Amino acid sequence: MQAIAWQISLVLMAFVAFGFAFVAIRSGRREDDYAPLQKRAYRLRTRLFWVVVLAFGPAMIYTLFELPYGASRASPGSGPAQVVEATGHQWRWELSRDRVAAGQPVEFRVTSADVNHSFGIYDADLRLVAQTQAMPGYTNTLRHTFGEEGTYRILCMEYCGLAHHNMLAEIHVGGE
Amino acid sequence: MREETNVATYTYEHSPDHGAKAGVLAYLVTSAVVLLLMMTFGLLMRLEQAQWISIGALRFYELLTLHGAGMVGIAAIAGAAIMWHFLRQYVDLSPRIFVANLVLFLAGVGMVLASVLLGHFHGGWTFLYPLPGKSMGTWTPGAAALFMGGMLVIGVGFVLLHLDIARAIVARYGNFARALGWPQLFGHDDGKAPPPTVVASTMVTIVNLVGLVVGASILTMMLVNLYVPSFDIDPLLAKGMIYFFGHVFINATIYMAVIAVYEILPRYTQRPWKSNKVFLASWTASTLMVMFIFPHHLLMDFAFPTWMLVMGHIIGYLNTVPILIVTGYGALMIVYRSGIRWDMASKLLFLSLFGWAAGAMPAFIDGTITVNYVMHNTLWVPGHFHTYLLLGMVTMVFGFMYYLGKPDHEADDRLIDRIAFWLFTSSVLGFTMSFLYSGKESVARRYAVHLPEWVPYDRIASVFAALVIASSLLFVVRFFSRIGLARRDYQRAPVAGSALV
Repeated sequence: MQAIAWQISLVLMAFVAFGFAFVAIRSGRREDDYAPLQKRAYRLRTRLFWVVVLAFGPAMIYTLFELPYGASRASPGSGPAQVVEATGHQWRWELSRDRVAAGQPVEFRVTSADVNHSFGIYDADLRLVAQTQAMPGYTNTLRHTFGEEGTYRILCMEYCGLAHHNMLAEIHVGGE
Repeated sequence: MREETNVATYTYEHSPDHGAKAGVLAYLVTSAVVLLLMMTFGLLMRLEQAQWISIGALRFYELLTLHGAGMVGIAAIAGAAIMWHFLRQYVDLSPRIFVANLVLFLAGVGMVLASVLLGHFHGGWTFLYPLPGKSMGTWTPGAAALFMGGMLVIGVGFVLLHLDIARAIVARYGNFARALGWPQLFGHDDGKAPPPTVVASTMVTIVNLVGLVVGASILTMMLVNLYVPSFDIDPLLAKGMIYFFGHVFINATIYMAVIAVYEILPRYTQRPWKSNKVFLASWTASTLMVMFIFPHHLLMDFAFPTWMLVMGHIIGYLNTVPILIVTGYGALMIVYRSGIRWDMASKLLFLSLFGWAAGAMPAFIDGTITVNYVMHNTLWVPGHFHTYLLLGMVTMVFGFMYYLGKPDHEADDRLIDRIAFWLFTSSVLGFTMSFLYSGKESVARRYAVHLPEWVPYDRIASVFAALVIASSLLFVVRFFSRIGLARRDYQRAPVAGSALV
């Protein structure tokens, strides 16, 4: 997902850069009569508007089909969910268990005992695979199925004070 | 998007270039000094992450708090200076209230500085409840109160300023609906809609007054909670209010600063930038969207109502349309084959719209819920906001400074300024791209100490940050050296190509 976001961003930013560079290069020789140029530009803008609608519209809708808020996020797995109670403290994680099985859904029930934290799961390659906020008074349920065995790290993703960067824990996947 | 079939005819009407009032210059000088200081703080943070210096976590988070609060503050001050400078051509504004806002701002800054440097408050500029009251003994409630009190004082100043702007706009146009050009938007476009500066100022005034009242409310609630803990606040409500205020306030800075583009580029191209139906529609839409988009900051708060999160996702996409199709495209239209004379002011203003539009791309992608799930609070976030704030908003301010200080309309830029322009452009791009790439690599934001795997990106970013500061310093020094010119009334914009004035 991160690589896709990066590539799409680069392409879109390059399009914008191309538009500005094209106009800057063509800015020198003046067309004194602005009205016809305006008319052509408005026509092009209408087309551009529809290109944007047709390109972004389906993407906007398509990406709403798999939201992390429901149980569907864990659907690739099978069997009953393995429940992990996770509580954030300044500055440590309290986990009800630190070993789960790969291929089976895991339900993290995430909350905080003090301030806002965020429960970010990093894989062995240090790639963020899932996250949810840990907030006092609320429990956010994060469902995730680990596809690969290994040691995953839990990092705090919401600034929570002096030792925020030290708020690490580990989850071992596949050890059961 | 069908305005070409039902549009009034617009022609360029020459507007004289006015010098800036002393108050405007005081705003700009304040902004420039604090900007350079906050940039230096930013560099120190990147150097610490790069493990090239060692200032410690406490100092790092203090700098983080100051950097955020300071940058948001001076963005607002600089944006307000641009808006006030041009808006006073159309409505009767109070110079006293304008100065009062700066005085309150400086008082608030003093409180914030004392809170952080003397009281060691380091709860972040977002003062996310309940962190200011739960420091694990690293700062006192007094330090937290001083910080939040300072923010409140700054907010009160801006409420006063916007109330005065609202008064002046209503006195001239009757009501906000007319100032937003609704009669022309929803009826016949007679070509008499208020100019873009008035439309933009009205939008900013509406959203900022709402945003500031919400921000002041949560600050007041948190101040009470600091000393009366039994006065409990729902953390999710507090977060929603803080991000509503924060999102509105920081975005309003761009909507204020873009007035410089609306006003100055037409002078350079001798072409009109008028309030036609598409322009009016986009600003009315932006008025609503900038207020209703805030849930995109809470996409990882699963307890927040899902419909609001989906609303944040959708408006994130829609919000790019006015930026790209109206303002960005509008700049391209008036510059294309205009014979524009490129100088530092016109180059920076043109570049600023590129920065705004380009930064909006990774921003709306981050607002996609499934992307946010793996990129929220990584360095992707400062990656996109530094693009549209530094290469967008701040670049608009630099363009405005060069415009005010241009010795005469025929004056050529010095070689060192031209070099600084390209150094600034390339180093800001390198700086923001290193943030974005770090985000792609899942580097968490707001970490005093980075994992060893992340350090190489920090080192690259540090080099670019130093170059950004070097070029910005040149821009600021040039502005200061020409500040005497900035007050005078004379033609600054060069005549385009074969245009007749």
